[in-house]
Amino acid sequence: MIGRPPAQDDRRDARGRSATGVLTAVGYPLLGAALLVVLWWLAIKLFVEPGSFLSAFAPDRGARALVDLVGDGTLNRHVIASLKRILVGLGIAAVIGIPFGLALGGLPVFSKTIGPVASFVRMVSPLSWTPLAIIWFGVGDQPVYFLIAIGAVWPIALSTSAGVAALDPQWLMLGRSLRASRVELLRTIVWPGIRADVLTGLRLALTTAWIILVPAEMLGVDSGLGYFILDSRDRFAYSDLVAAIVVIGALGFLLDRAAHYLLTPRRRTARRPARQRVTGPAEVALAEPGAREYRI
Amino acid sequence: MAASPLRVSGGTRRFGARGQQFTVFEGLDLEVEAGEVFVLLGPSGCGKSTLLRVIAGLDELDEGTVAIAAEEHGRDVGIVFQQPLLLPWLSVRENVTLGLNYDANRSADEPGLVDRTLAEFGLTELADAYPDELSGGQAQRVSLARTVVTRPRVILLDEPFGALDPLTRRNLQQWLLGIQQSLGLTVVMVTHDVEEALLLGNRVALMSPSPGRICRTWELSSESREARPMADLREEVLQTYAEVARLAPGNTSGFAAGL
Ligand SMILES: Nc1ncnc2c1ncn2[C@@H]1O[C@H](COP(=O)(O)OP(=O)(O)OP(=O)(O)O)[C@@H](O)[C@H]1O
Ligand SMILES: [Mg+2]
Repeated sequence: MIGRPPAQDDRRDARGRSATGVLTAVGYPLLGAALLVVLWWLAIKLFVEPGSFLSAFAPDRGARALVDLVGDGTLNRHVIASLKRILVGLGIAAVIGIPFGLALGGLPVFSKTIGPVASFVRMVSPLSWTPLAIIWFGVGDQPVYFLIAIGAVWPIALSTSAGVAALDPQWLMLGRSLRASRVELLRTIVWPGIRADVLTGLRLALTTAWIILVPAEMLGVDSGLGYFILDSRDRFAYSDLVAAIVVIGALGFLLDRAAHYLLTPRRRTARRPARQRVTGPAEVALAEPGAREYRI
Repeated sequence: MAASPLRVSGGTRRFGARGQQFTVFEGLDLEVEAGEVFVLLGPSGCGKSTLLRVIAGLDELDEGTVAIAAEEHGRDVGIVFQQPLLLPWLSVRENVTLGLNYDANRSADEPGLVDRTLAEFGLTELADAYPDELSGGQAQRVSLARTVVTRPRVILLDEPFGALDPLTRRNLQQWLLGIQQSLGLTVVMVTHDVEEALLLGNRVALMSPSPGRICRTWELSSESREARPMADLREEVLQTYAEVARLAPGNTSGFAAGL
């Protein structure tokens, strides 16, 4: 399962944290990371002869390289270049994907016509577009934006469309009964009703984009983490390569966490079932649950 | 007397493709007076909700007309559904204000209107609460307030208390009666509950199924209330209701082509 928002954890206390919560949130992941490093170190120790070029892949060598690279600012430049491409690529994907998803979910004719074509295109690995992208856009940032966008557009479009399809049609009827125009319906009912789905789509898209980014940067650009990996290989700087891989993993992890945090709506969303709390003056509220159940 | 705010003449609504059409109601006439509570009783499936949707402009007649006298401010008809249909991401106040944000209802808005309405509906304390913090009865009050605040000339209520427990239902009935009288609302209300119909209605109409028609109407002016024992009247309504319900579809499929 991909990322349930932490807010849904029932065991948290009023502040959202508990002792076990902190342990679960920080302790276990750190333990896992430590285990990985130990295994990594053991593997090098056991299977790599000292003095072999492979010993440059050891965790301690990688860590030292990482400190140096951060220290002299080399990595920062590449990280910034990569992050910028991710942002632009995701932005393009969102600008195209959200309206596309709205149309897919809301217009039956559109989804019947375009839906199958879209699934076809979606199944083509984004990197298959590389030669075309370079022919169309030349070398530089643009083909990278294109490759990220064409990969990231699907999670956004599909989540948006699923959200629209799951909107309670009665909400739309309510809006019409209050004489909302189409634009007003979209603004006040459809959009807030699917916002959680769109945000989920963006989170998934971010992960996809990050995975596409590195290979996409191995073509025709002279900055970014993907470029830096190839560059390290060419310089036989294998410890730098290790450092780059660690940074890619760590940044991806952090981005995903940050997206979780930023893109999980804190306000009540359309899907959350009603809490069974009953307050009320005078009136006895034994209401049937059905009375305030929002159909999915 | 002003022109009646709502009149349906010869209303006919069919569903389904040509050839095997299903007539929900046919040649239906209905006239509602300003300030009255018109209650529509009828067995399930006879077309009450369809009729309300047609009056609310959410569906259209195949034949006949719906005439609604225009109000100077605010809109013509408002409808309250059986489910409160509150938007869960909006607070009580925001839910109540929803319709006023739409261009079509801007003219109904005025300073203090929302606060006043919240107070009238006993929602002032709950203004900042969210729908998932409300009881069913409170939610239905918010839903009513959201419609009333746009100042429709006629308010349509489709089994508004159908999903509530008996006590909440009772309270809300009393309260609705109070609100209706103090605001001078014109109400068309659908219910299955004969008690509720007799308690709230100035007129109670019984709708027969397949095809739907108003087959009987009872006047419940205060004089007639006194002239006749309530139990007596209730018995009569129930009996007629039972006779009509025997005609209801349900076991038969209710195709009425050519009838
Ligand atoms: N959009 C639609 N398409 C086809 N048939 C419909 C549609 N809406 C309603 N009907 C049919 O019209 C008939 C009347 O439905 P309606 O909901 O108006 O009944 P009702 O009197 O409100 O019943 P209840 O008391 O159970 O709410 C039903 O047989 C229903 O199946
Ligand atoms: Mg109904």
